[in-house]
Amino acid sequence: MPFACIFVPDFHVEAIVRAEPELRMRAVGVIEGKPPLQKICSVNEEARRAGISVGMTKLQAELCDEVVLRERSELQEATAHAALLDCAQSFSPRVQDAGADTVVFDLSGLEKLFGTVPKIARQISRRAAEMGLEVNVAAGATIEAAMLAAHGFSGVSIVPEGKEADFLGGLPVKILFADVPSSTEADEILETFRRWGVLKCRDLIALPEVDLSERLGQRGLELRKKACGMGQRTLVPSDPPLAFEEVMELEFPLVLLEPLAFLLSRMLDQLCARLQARALAAQELRLELTLEDGSFLREPSSSTPDQNIETTKDTKLHQGNQPIPNRSHFENGRSGGTFQRTIHLPVPLLDARTFLKLLQLDLKSNPPGAPVVKVRLQIEPAKPRPGQNGLFTPSSPEPEKLELTLARLSGVVGEGRAGPPQLLDTHRREAFEMCHFTPSLAKVADWQAPQNLVMALRIFRPPVGVVVTHEGGRPSYISSQERVRFYAADSRQIRGEVLWAAGPWRSSGDWWEQDAWMRDEWDVALQEKVGIILYRLVHDLVGGEWTVDGAYD
Amino acid sequence: MSASPLNIAPSLSAWSRQFPAGLQEFQEKRAALLKHIAGSERLAEVRPASRLEVRPRPEMISTGVKEVDAITGAGIPRGCLTEIWGGTSSGKTSLLLAAMAAATRLGETCVLIDASDSFDPASGQTARVDLQKMLWVRCGEKSSYVGRRTSQATSDGADGSCFSHKLSGISRQENQRSKIQKQSERRLEQVLKATDLILQSGGFGLIVLDLAGIAEKFVRRIPLASWFRFQRAVEHTKSALLVVSETPCAQTCATLAVRVQQSAVSDQLSEKSAGKIQSSAVISQLSGRPAHAEILEHMRVQAEVVRSRLERKPAQSIKSEFTTYATHFG
Repeated sequence: MPFACIFVPDFHVEAIVRAEPELRMRAVGVIEGKPPLQKICSVNEEARRAGISVGMTKLQAELCDEVVLRERSELQEATAHAALLDCAQSFSPRVQDAGADTVVFDLSGLEKLFGTVPKIARQISRRAAEMGLEVNVAAGATIEAAMLAAHGFSGVSIVPEGKEADFLGGLPVKILFADVPSSTEADEILETFRRWGVLKCRDLIALPEVDLSERLGQRGLELRKKACGMGQRTLVPSDPPLAFEEVMELEFPLVLLEPLAFLLSRMLDQLCARLQARALAAQELRLELTLEDGSFLREPSSSTPDQNIETTKDTKLHQGNQPIPNRSHFENGRSGGTFQRTIHLPVPLLDARTFLKLLQLDLKSNPPGAPVVKVRLQIEPAKPRPGQNGLFTPSSPEPEKLELTLARLSGVVGEGRAGPPQLLDTHRREAFEMCHFTPSLAKVADWQAPQNLVMALRIFRPPVGVVVTHEGGRPSYISSQERVRFYAADSRQIRGEVLWAAGPWRSSGDWWEQDAWMRDEWDVALQEKVGIILYRLVHDLVGGEWTVDGAYD
Repeated sequence: MSASPLNIAPSLSAWSRQFPAGLQEFQEKRAALLKHIAGSERLAEVRPASRLEVRPRPEMISTGVKEVDAITGAGIPRGCLTEIWGGTSSGKTSLLLAAMAAATRLGETCVLIDASDSFDPASGQTARVDLQKMLWVRCGEKSSYVGRRTSQATSDGADGSCFSHKLSGISRQENQRSKIQKQSERRLEQVLKATDLILQSGGFGLIVLDLAGIAEKFVRRIPLASWFRFQRAVEHTKSALLVVSETPCAQTCATLAVRVQQSAVSDQLSEKSAGKIQSSAVISQLSGRPAHAEILEHMRVQAEVVRSRLERKPAQSIKSEFTTYATHFG
């Protein structure tokens, strides 16, 4: 039963470099501790060559100009570890979490899917690189052999079955304690080995079992077996939760949106690679920005989600001339020093560029208002869209393009002003709300031209106030109060003798609420300069005002 | 090369009898010219006019009105710009809703770019438009994107208004006029930007650009280059671009232009109003309603194809009439 092990050397550095790929070729040291007692806890190969070693103080390390020092970030290490698990999960469901920097998984049965074991190992290495991790990959017949090879050899290594002792013989004996935390017992045993002149695994293998047992007991035998690549260790598969999150703590606060977009792009690439590895897509994007001091320099241009929800709950109605919040698509909020934006996607998507553009457009219209010190980006996973459209169904916009178009349209005409209207169950004027546009792939119905064509009404938003003269209880003359209507700057005016009037149609509702309404509607024909125009005249019986709500056209 | 202009064999014999010396020279020149044409790839590809292929007729979307479909040749052409214009209460919006209803019921996705924000969703639903398949873009609201250019001008206007308030009422009116002018300009700017975005996105079956409600002088300010751009963008796509306005504006870019207007005097209405008014709208008194309650029943609309590049140019414009019925709720 073959096993594979992925090991991330210098994990603390790798977690930093994964977030900042431009540091990949540079000497990097990670420091931890409280100032002024900060010490180097991890360095990469380039830093080692430059003379930096673990345990040096920050001041000592700073003497070397070419070394980049970064503080240890547990959040970034957590995301790197999650990426490591995702990488393993993309190959096998039987994955054991063997430490922050190590995962072991079962390769049995994967030959038909991915090819031979060496081929699989190379693919694992490539997949890890796509996720921003430089790893050692080893495959062997036993878990011990795979783990020792991964810790001992860089790159991809395959431990030949039956020749584990020969293959692993050249490794130093301290590698046997690589997967266990350092302890005094381990130090004592290593000191004993050093005094015996046992420096490499093959030296340990050469020792007689009985003599070794007499001196070091069962622990000595266990170490010898481990050095031979033999072991009784069984795989304990873990089931990591489906959490896709990337966090980045910034050393300097970001003021402009453009550099923030660079960071988001990098994080989205990582998240999309992880989602792709798990054959998933994104259903929702959640962006959380921690602001420098929790204060807002400038209020966001659009209404906040709290306001949105309040508006919707209280009235459930929106006047047509007011921006209608589109809470089904965008939600935002702020609490303390954080600024949150949530983008719901109508269909699961997996395109980092689309996500970036959506976030950019959203942040452009709703800027955070203060410098950003920490970025947290979460993706809610969902299964990708199954199937495809039929050959003979009418074409509809591509979801990725459509989302971008809708976001751009919101930027042009205002948020919540592009989408399909949904009528509400009331006769109140302008009783509708705007929804998020998601073209459905419903079956095409047989359609025939209706016998009766409907006369359409063009609504005036806002309604035009008029003065009405009555004759026999019916409107006889109408004159608009305003000199010009809102859209016509050429002194067009609703004024004229009523040629005929049809009505009234009385409607009322919400009498149990504060904003009860009651109105009479008339259809009137006016002789104007341009011809005979049909208007809908409304008498508000509560307020007593006369308005023209629209024109039949 | 049978259709070549050099193929003049029928008259050649008569001509050779009159000028026998010139015949040989002519034949030599002709042979040399044919050889040159055959040798040149570019000239060999040139087709004579008689062999030019007929441009395929575009696929059509029904307008939802049989009478209009009959005169336009099956409706609105895809991949083309179609224009419908008419004054207020001419029936253009009814025709627009009928077209959108037909398109959405057949599974097409529609866009309504509403310049004056005057679409009535209740009318849309009554006209059987599938509102879930309709993207309604409501122009007019100040946005962070478009308003940036105009905000400065508006603020300037606001400052001016405070000053002119003190001067006279005339200045106040002028200020209000300029404010309205800026609003209309902003609406048009949004319309053009939104149309560009929608056309770039692609995949929509019917794209409606509703410019009705915007004053003629502003609509005429839309540059011809924009119409050409829209026409080119929609060409060779499955989308039909429909422009609805009060005056013709797309000019030569429109493949099909239809004018709608109220039809001639309705007999019923003339009878009812005893010759007082002339309108095509009909009101009637329904049984079972209160005695004072009359309702607007229907309106006769006349549609006329003014220009069409789909068919051979007609000797005169084709007209047709249809009726739109008012619907009352409650």
